[in-house]
Formats: sequence, C-alpha cells, structure tokens
Amino acid sequence: MEFLNTFIKAAFIENLVLAYFLGMCSYLAVSKSVNTAFGLGLAVIFVLGITMPINWVISEYLLSENGLFGVDLTFLRFILFIAVIASMVQLVEMVVEKFSPALYAALGIFLPLITVNCAILGGSLFMVSREYNFSNSIAFGLGGGFGWFLAIIAIAAIREKIRYSNVPPALRGLGMAFILTGLMGIAFMSLMGIDPAAYASN
Amino acid sequence: MAETAVKEKEPLFQFGKKERHLITDPLNDNNPITVQVLGICSALAVTSLVYPSFVMAIAVIFVTAFSSLFTSMLRTYIPKQVRMIVQLVIIASLVTVVELTLKYLNYPIYKQLSVYIGLIITNCIVMGRLEAFAMANKPWRSFLDGIGNGLGYGAILIIVGIIREVFGKGSLFAGSPIELKIIGPTVDYFINTTDSALFGWYTNNNLMVLPAAAMFIIGILIWIQRSYNTKLVDVS
Repeated sequence: MEFLNTFIKAAFIENLVLAYFLGMCSYLAVSKSVNTAFGLGLAVIFVLGITMPINWVISEYLLSENGLFGVDLTFLRFILFIAVIASMVQLVEMVVEKFSPALYAALGIFLPLITVNCAILGGSLFMVSREYNFSNSIAFGLGGGFGWFLAIIAIAAIREKIRYSNVPPALRGLGMAFILTGLMGIAFMSLMGIDPAAYASN
Repeated sequence: MAETAVKEKEPLFQFGKKERHLITDPLNDNNPITVQVLGICSALAVTSLVYPSFVMAIAVIFVTAFSSLFTSMLRTYIPKQVRMIVQLVIIASLVTVVELTLKYLNYPIYKQLSVYIGLIITNCIVMGRLEAFAMANKPWRSFLDGIGNGLGYGAILIIVGIIREVFGKGSLFAGSPIELKIIGPTVDYFINTTDSALFGWYTNNNLMVLPAAAMFIIGILIWIQRSYNTKLVDVS
C-alpha cells in the first residue's frame, strides 16, 4: 500500500516537471510531436526506475557512515550518482538502437542527454533527502518517471494543436511552451495537499 | 624582445573584440535560457527570492567558467567515446566544491537551495557549453565563454527573482543582510499607517510565489526579447 501511495504521490501530486520543474530542457525541446515525446517518456521511466534503487543501495551501503567503509562518504554522492545514471543511459541507448532504430533516429541527441536530464539526478537527490526506504525508492522512481511521461505527452499534444492557432509571432514556439507549462503547473496544483495515505486508512 | 615574439604568436590572455563578444553575446542574442533553452531545469524553483537566485547565479558562473577551462585544457587527451563521463566528473567535482563551500559559508542558504545545488551538475547549460564550445576552443576563450554564459543565465535568474519577490513578498533581498521592504504594508502598518512602505494598500500576490509564476515570467521575457530582436523569432 505504501508503495502505491508513493507512486501516486510522485506521479501526480508532486509531479517532477509540473511541481518542481525538473527535466525542463528535454521537456521543452522534444515536445514538438507526440511520437518522439512518447519514446523519450518511456526512456525516462526506464532510466528513473532503474537508477533510483541502484542509487539507493549506493547511498545506503557505500556512502553512509554505517555502510561498507564505515566512514561518511556523502561528498562522493554527486560523482557516483551521475556515473550510475550515465552508464544506465548508455545501456538504454544500446537497447533502443538494437530494437527500434526508428525511435533511435527520432530521439537523436536527446537520448544521451537523458544523462543530464535534471529529473533523473533530482529524483535521486530527493530520494536521499526524503529518506525513502528501498521499496519506496522504486515506487518513487517509477512514479516520477510516469509523471514525467504524462506531462511531456500532454504538452506535446497541446503544442501540436496550438500550431494552428494565431499566436503572436514573438511568442510562437518557445514562449508559448513556457506559458503553457506554467498553466499546466497551476492545474496540477489543485492536486496538491491530497494525501493518498489518508484515503487508504479510511 | 622575447615579449614581442610571444605576442606575435598570439598571447595567452588576449582580450579583444572577439573575446568581449564571448561575454556579451550570451546576455542577449544567444542567451542560455531564452534562446538556447538550456539550464531551465534546476533554476526555476530557486527564483522566488532574489538572494538565493543570486547565490545560485554565482555558483553557476563558477561552475561554467572552470569546467570550461578544465575541459578545454584536457580536450586533446579526452577520448571521444567517454567524453561525457569525463565532462560529468569534472562538473561533479566542481559542484561538490561549491556545495561544501556554501555549506561552510552560509548554512541557511545551503538548506534553502537543498538539492538544487547538486542539480547544477545536470544543468544543461554547463554540459551544453562544454560540448559546443570548450571541446573545440583554447582554454582562455572557453573560460570567457563559460563566464559569459553563466552571466547570461544569472541575469535572467535575478530578473525573475526580483519580479517574483517584489510582487510576491513586497520585499527585496529577504534573508540577506540588506533586506529591504519595497511595497506593501510594513509590519507595524496597522499601528502607524504613516510608517508604511510604498503602496501600503498593496496585498502580496501569492501567485508570484508559486513556481508556475516563473514560467509565465520567462515566457513573457521571451516575448519581449523576441519582439525587439526579431531574428530570434521561431518560424516553424
């Protein structure tokens, strides 16, 4: 039950994109068509879902004071986390290239750029600062990825439609995407303060 | 005599027109946030107050400048296949330096920025400049390019921070030693109405404190910038 709560919380209530504005670069750059957004969203779910438990194990059993080395190594956190993320992204890149060359070509530069997608590292850092346990870290990874996926699909769909509207030239494209994201953020705020755990206990 | 010979070979620290462009270009024509769309990720959440945005801007300038410098120094030794990992290690070490320094110098601000300091690593502007500039240019130029892009980024951060803090909280530089009350009622407004700051009737706009406001403000900044700088307009 706690697993589900964390999942729902990460996906909807504390959406990484719309509540914390993480992973904005690729979110704004790849959201021009729903197809590529779909592929990138899936890749992000996968990378988040895998790196989060690995990073949990690393921070718990290698870096903490009662870990393997018996010394506080938290200052190495950034380097180790980013190394895990970079290698996982490399793995995803190879898998996508093998099984779906079309998607690989469509994602282009943005696949390796998942490494520098703030949502991935941000998720890991949030997980550490919120002191999640192992199963929660998996739920947080999958839920955060799913929330990111939903958000990028939603804005890609809106941007595909808005191409036919009469937007002032200077606001076309990027400017409009920013304002849309802001509006979506406010819409998602209506979910804020909902506590899934309270419903579960009733 | 030896000096002139060195000068003809192009001095190490030249500061001519080209170098000045490296700094001024990112402020408008090639702004990292409004034009290149890089580095929006980690920053929007910190701009609700000016002081943290200022600290963040300084941290980013430091990281972009020195990561560009070091990457550019090492650029001939880095194998192409593993360059991302090497760059990330350079950036991550610099960010660790920043984090520890900030933790030592100003703990409240460190707490307030929390994970966002760590997120400078994945700030696309750092990586983007390393890939686009530092891997192909000499150290001094790359250093200036890093400073320029850090400044362009910091400028937007501080503009957004000022707008959000003045309208959202009525103050400026809250949390810093030089805290100012700009608009809205002061604390003792209800006791002594003559002692209010400018526009004592002003009620704080809570929308501005929300992260979503940062998106609106940047959207509007892009709008303004592109109406004056028409060559940036998105044609597609």
